[in-house]
Amino acid sequence: MATDNILVLLEVTPDGHLAKSSAGLLGVAAGLGRAVALIVGSRDAAERLSKSASELGAAQVLLADDDSTSFVTPSVDAMECAFQASNPNAVIAGHSAYGRDVLARFAVRMGLAINVDAVDVTRDDQGIVAHHAAYGGTYNVTSAVTFGAPVITLRAGVANARAAAQPTVAENLVVPSSGRRSAVIDASEVSDAPVTSRPDLRGADRVISGGRGLGSAEGFSLVEQLADALGAAVGASRAAVDAGYVAQSSQVGQTGVQISPQLYIALGISGAIQHKAGMQTSKTIIAINKDETAPIFDVADYGVVGDVFTVVPKLLDALAAADS
Amino acid sequence: MKIVVLVKEVPDTWGERFLNLETGLADRHASARVIDEIVERGLEFAISWAAKNPGTEVIALSIAPIEATTNIRKALAMGADRGVLVSDEVLVGADITLTAQVLAAALTHTGYDLIVAGDQTTDGAGGVIPAALAELLDLPLLSRLAAIDVTGGKVRATHISERVTLSLSSSLPAIVSVTERFPDPRLPNFKGIVSAKNKPLEILSVADLGATIDVLESPRAILTDVEAKPPRVAGRKEVEDADSGKRLADFLRQNQLA
Repeated sequence: MATDNILVLLEVTPDGHLAKSSAGLLGVAAGLGRAVALIVGSRDAAERLSKSASELGAAQVLLADDDSTSFVTPSVDAMECAFQASNPNAVIAGHSAYGRDVLARFAVRMGLAINVDAVDVTRDDQGIVAHHAAYGGTYNVTSAVTFGAPVITLRAGVANARAAAQPTVAENLVVPSSGRRSAVIDASEVSDAPVTSRPDLRGADRVISGGRGLGSAEGFSLVEQLADALGAAVGASRAAVDAGYVAQSSQVGQTGVQISPQLYIALGISGAIQHKAGMQTSKTIIAINKDETAPIFDVADYGVVGDVFTVVPKLLDALAAADS
Repeated sequence: MKIVVLVKEVPDTWGERFLNLETGLADRHASARVIDEIVERGLEFAISWAAKNPGTEVIALSIAPIEATTNIRKALAMGADRGVLVSDEVLVGADITLTAQVLAAALTHTGYDLIVAGDQTTDGAGGVIPAALAELLDLPLLSRLAAIDVTGGKVRATHISERVTLSLSSSLPAIVSVTERFPDPRLPNFKGIVSAKNKPLEILSVADLGATIDVLESPRAILTDVEAKPPRVAGRKEVEDADSGKRLADFLRQNQLA
């Protein structure tokens, strides 16, 4: 039976809420057809999670119990069950650790083709196509599948589409176990709990990044001050991470996260290709660097050749003066 | 004990990387080709584990054009015992599931107790091959690892994701994928480079593996379009003076960015 269903795998955070990626995933799905959400979570939270998903645009919510001792396979089994129940035109999940592991196993099991790390999914006269920003946004690539429902992972923080809220229509799935071998989860803990109220680097509208030019971990606090003044996330070049100024999780670049915020301010970053590949698709780029030949200026909308330690404090003063 | 490390050759991230605009495929001759750095961390783990556990064989396995023998030799120079390269014209432009199927056939050919892959390589950042192989070979998957302990036929490992840290365990055989949290790789030394010349390097076609390529029978991912983005154009650039900070603040406000 033909449907226009789009099956979306939503992710549940360790504290039992829908992951931030859910709104964008459902927004993209609702633009392609009827968004059917699969949530693999605890039975106790089922009602709350279904309500959240329908508020974000899920026309139908399928719920499967979380078997928290097997790693990944219970969600793959649930996907198989949800696929048969919804007969979708496409399957979408986030390009996160969870989304990648579940969809890769699912695609292989069902004999479907997979397209990964899409920045958008649209429909043309041939069917559903995925759009990718290859090699750090140097190339725009479009992909499709020869036949069958495409299985697509969507990069975090890139989907702007949002869907209208829907009435809650939820259904519990009875998922038979595939019996596939899996690792056992012996313990779990929430990691990288934010120590500040700063936004996540992935998906942040504004990002302030620091490089080797900050000179030390103490110097790097200048990046954090400007980030807090602008409500921005903190990023870093590989050189700053390698020098130990900041944790690797802040690394922006080809080895690190690739982001496209509205505003990217590069402080003391030279702009090696390795770094530009992670940020050159940002909407507005500002660079401050002592070296006037630094390649970062080639991609900056506004460049200041100068010392971050004198320019940034004055910028902070000017921002504070305007606020008061 | 047999450890197979999946070696991927990628364009060097320190230089410009190119796609061929007619075929959409990576332009392999336009950039320097190196072993992906996350794979080198996997090799480092396998080689140092083998050094502490006599009787371990470390195999470097790759699917790539024939020129990749240079990089497989580098893996051998680091300390892998032998190399296997699957190189076949029919695999040009292979999608993820086809690549996984051929890797699975090659792994069945080599045999394995532990398969080690990088979590995400720097070229495509796909990060789905380890999970696809786990499904094809019916193996426990331990992905995105920050640490690993392999003792007495058991794997205990720490999985890190965006929000959660999990302690995972499984018996062997298993497939694992490593992250940047793994130790830095060693550089091949002179002795390693010399001995690599005499280590076995097997080159196989798809037919040698007894595998068939069903390009038409199974759904495949295809490129439908590729275009180079116009390069960014540099905007205004000024030398610092006493009012630079104020002008930056004005610029941010005018663009609703502050």
